[in-house]
Amino acid sequence: MSYTLGQEQLDRMEDILQQNLVDIGVRCVFLIDMAGNIIANKDNGKIKHDVYSLAALAAGNFGAVSAMAKIIGEGEFSLLFHKGKKENIHFNKIDADFLLITIFSNEISLGFLRLKVSEVAEMIKKILSEINTP
Amino acid sequence: MAFVNPKKKEVQVKIVYYGPGRGGKTTNLEYIYKKFDARIKTEMVTIKTHGDRTLFFDFLPFDIGKVNGYEIKVQLYTVPGQVKYNATRRLVLRGVDGIVFVADSMMVRREKNILSIKNLQEDLANYKKSIFKIPLVLQYNKVDLEEQGIPLTSVETLQKDLNSQLKTSAFKASALKGTNVVPTMKKIVSMTIATIVKELK
Repeated sequence: MSYTLGQEQLDRMEDILQQNLVDIGVRCVFLIDMAGNIIANKDNGKIKHDVYSLAALAAGNFGAVSAMAKIIGEGEFSLLFHKGKKENIHFNKIDADFLLITIFSNEISLGFLRLKVSEVAEMIKKILSEINTP
Repeated sequence: MAFVNPKKKEVQVKIVYYGPGRGGKTTNLEYIYKKFDARIKTEMVTIKTHGDRTLFFDFLPFDIGKVNGYEIKVQLYTVPGQVKYNATRRLVLRGVDGIVFVADSMMVRREKNILSIKNLQEDLANYKKSIFKIPLVLQYNKVDLEEQGIPLTSVETLQKDLNSQLKTSAFKASALKGTNVVPTMKKIVSMTIATIVKELK
């Protein structure tokens, strides 16, 4: 798969991540492709995670889980959630090539986060569809 | 495929070290990590088994400076070499821009090299990529073992086995001692960037 994103599309994506996720209290959010490249990322300015390593591991993790899904006869597991004591991580598939990863604390409920993430996923999907149909 | 970010003026390039198990792929990355630790700001990520074999992949990101005003972020990966990890090996190759094939010069591993390069060809075909078109560098590792009297496959034979059709650059190397590790990496980075620049035009 090959794609290009313009500055304007990247700006719009970052605005969406900022307004819908970081502004409601998510610590860090990033949009990656399945090769592990970071497309866009936003955080609350207080944390310094190594996002490049996180992206590589997240893409690998998601790839592994998708392969497991196929073995047991599922098309895919479109979302994943890892719970920690203080930090949680949520993976949501946008389409076959892109993944949205959110890191958040226990102050946000998982239900609310899932709702917001699915809204964001739809908005991002719309922008991505513009690349394929210029 | 490399990701070009016009907003951050940055290009992310994925280079994968591929080859038979125990061939020295991880050792290549460890050497680079040690050698350039001043320029590599993050930890090298490795997913290993208890027996110290690569289970999933190793990952080492670092910045190599600017090309045409774009910051180049090179991301080095290794695959697990063992035959049984075919599925995870394939996952790591997703979106690859350049490959270093690390062959094991030990005579007893000759067959393993040939099988592994065939496996690479199949894995790339799975992503509709051709082994003949993707930037690729060969590395004949473990040449230092000759001093210990361990029988090695000659470079001529390795060339015939692995490079007779590919006709690409090949380096005799010792990942353990660091011989030709950096030249191998520099060669694949320059070949990969040249290809990306050509594709962007």
